[in-house]
Amino acid sequence: MDELLLSIRELTTQYITEDSVVHAVNGISLELKTGGSVGLVGESGAGKTTTAYSIMGLLPKLTGKITGGSIIFQGKDLTKIPEDEMRKIRGNQISMIFQDPMTSLNPILTVGDQIAEVLEIHGTATKEEAIAKAGDMLEMVGIPRERMHEYPHQFSGGMKQRVIIAIALACNPKLLIADEPTTALDVTIQAQVLRMIKELKAKLNTSLILISHNLGVVAQVCENVAIMYAGRIVEYGPLRQVFEAPMHPYTEGLLNSIPRIELDKTRLSPIRGMMPDPSVVPPGCIFRPRCPYAEQECAVRAPRITEKSGRNVMCLMHEGIIANKMRVDHA
Amino acid sequence: MHELSGAEPILQVKNLKKYFHTPRGELHAVDDVSFEIQEGRTLGVVGESGCGKTTTGRAILRLIEPTSGSILFDGMDITSMDKHRLRMIREKMQIIFQDPYSSLDPRMTVSGIIAEPLIIHRRVSGKKELARRVQKLMEMVELEDRLSSAYPHELDGGRRQRIGIARALALEPKFIVCDEPVSSLDVSVQAQILNLMQDLQDQLGLTYMFVTHDMAVVKHISDEIAVMYLGQIIEKSPAKELFRHQYHPYSRALISAIPKIEAAGADTATILKGEIGSPIEPKPGCRFAPRCDYCIGKCLSENPPLKAVGPERYAACWRAEEM
Repeated sequence: MDELLLSIRELTTQYITEDSVVHAVNGISLELKTGGSVGLVGESGAGKTTTAYSIMGLLPKLTGKITGGSIIFQGKDLTKIPEDEMRKIRGNQISMIFQDPMTSLNPILTVGDQIAEVLEIHGTATKEEAIAKAGDMLEMVGIPRERMHEYPHQFSGGMKQRVIIAIALACNPKLLIADEPTTALDVTIQAQVLRMIKELKAKLNTSLILISHNLGVVAQVCENVAIMYAGRIVEYGPLRQVFEAPMHPYTEGLLNSIPRIELDKTRLSPIRGMMPDPSVVPPGCIFRPRCPYAEQECAVRAPRITEKSGRNVMCLMHEGIIANKMRVDHA
Repeated sequence: MHELSGAEPILQVKNLKKYFHTPRGELHAVDDVSFEIQEGRTLGVVGESGCGKTTTGRAILRLIEPTSGSILFDGMDITSMDKHRLRMIREKMQIIFQDPYSSLDPRMTVSGIIAEPLIIHRRVSGKKELARRVQKLMEMVELEDRLSSAYPHELDGGRRQRIGIARALALEPKFIVCDEPVSSLDVSVQAQILNLMQDLQDQLGLTYMFVTHDMAVVKHISDEIAVMYLGQIIEKSPAKELFRHQYHPYSRALISAIPKIEAAGADTATILKGEIGSPIEPKPGCRFAPRCDYCIGKCLSENPPLKAVGPERYAACWRAEEM
């Protein structure tokens, strides 16, 4: 149970174009145990999806490039292995679910064939076995197996996403990466899909990386959470602790920005300003221009990761370099 | 948020219906919806895809012609108005759209977009006054002066939505339909826009009809909330009270399904059985009955009307009192 499945070290991913270099992921480190779950949270441009594509080896060939660090999955560095070896891992040991269930399925193949295809390609079953297993997988995600002969357009949005989950889990992967899996779904359908992901994860002991901008969704499913900002993990820790007592000013800002069902707030406290341009990396702390606690030191000195009682945070306040002015003290 | 005064409702919608013809029959997008909004207040309209919330908003402005029913704005029935009078009254009724990108002309500059309604409705005499008015509007929505000659594609989603708001405010409206205005924005920008909309409401005494699928946003911004399901309002309540107690089984399921931060890991969602029914030629009886755990014989034959179930609370359910 406690075996380390995935270990990302100092991963740096860039998109290189003719006239600029976009620093999408800047030296992130993350570990995931077998059966564990982590949520990647952040706003557009934080580097969540680029992190996922780096793990999957799905970065756009011409522009996307891992320029540093390693991704060790079951002892192998995924950044170093050749494409044909990666192809055996992708969809087999590591699967990914994408945001939009409408465009992820092939409209001219029956859903049964699409599930069976994965099993055949990875050579885990003969055609007959694969078709039988496809039916089992459909039942596992709560769709009657008779419907395996139907086409994607005959399914609703929620059911399509369940078919995609069935495809992703068909080869019983060790790691599932779900990128905004419920964002396109209505809230009652979202609840169904989240419950299903949670139940299947427990049943199959799959490890999960859940990417979402929705803090509530991550709170429902994950044990740990990594808060991403401008290509960095600025805070990491057990989800409940991070959400109850954030240590990084950005996490605090994020929690104060969202309207909460449980609280009767009359006014929100948004984070001022905007995410920085990812093609320019200023010195010092990347969050400084928006940080309510920033001091002069923050403009010149880049914060490092500080570990405090099982939590990681990247902020000079926690390095003891400037005074900690956040309301809650976590010392 | 806003004091309840003895003010007259600025908008009264009575038995509004919008049916669309389809090859398979009449699609009841909005089916007998009635409500009022008091001046200076916000009515939130929530529901899932296909519940008719957007169609209701557009029908109120007659951007879509209603099939039947009446819409009284400031006491005047706009459903029977001719084009000329409708155009005059539309100055007072505006709309903000979800996607600020596709609702802005990509070939116009920021100041051009904001100036356009002022020019069309001949609200200014001379270029100087126009420039002054545009500048004032940009200030109101906190858009930097230097952006006046920028094009929409050069701006981020938050700023684009500010342009949409400035344009809606140009003709000094009293009422604005806000159709998912923050749904495509990141949370920190979403908070900035929500705060701006509240400030503008306080300063200008605006009345909002706020259409969204986001339950947390609607709770935050609204004074009163109407929950829609398959073309009908199934519950109406003061905003905060709705989240404390629900009289309709659908509202209850909807609110239970919201993933909450506080209850990390605790799955409290009531999962609805089946899928949303078809709005085409709906069967008699309650639209929600096939998915409802409280369904009794009467629910299958008679559609329950929206009726009072408590102070300021309304529900369309035969068993609301038992809930």
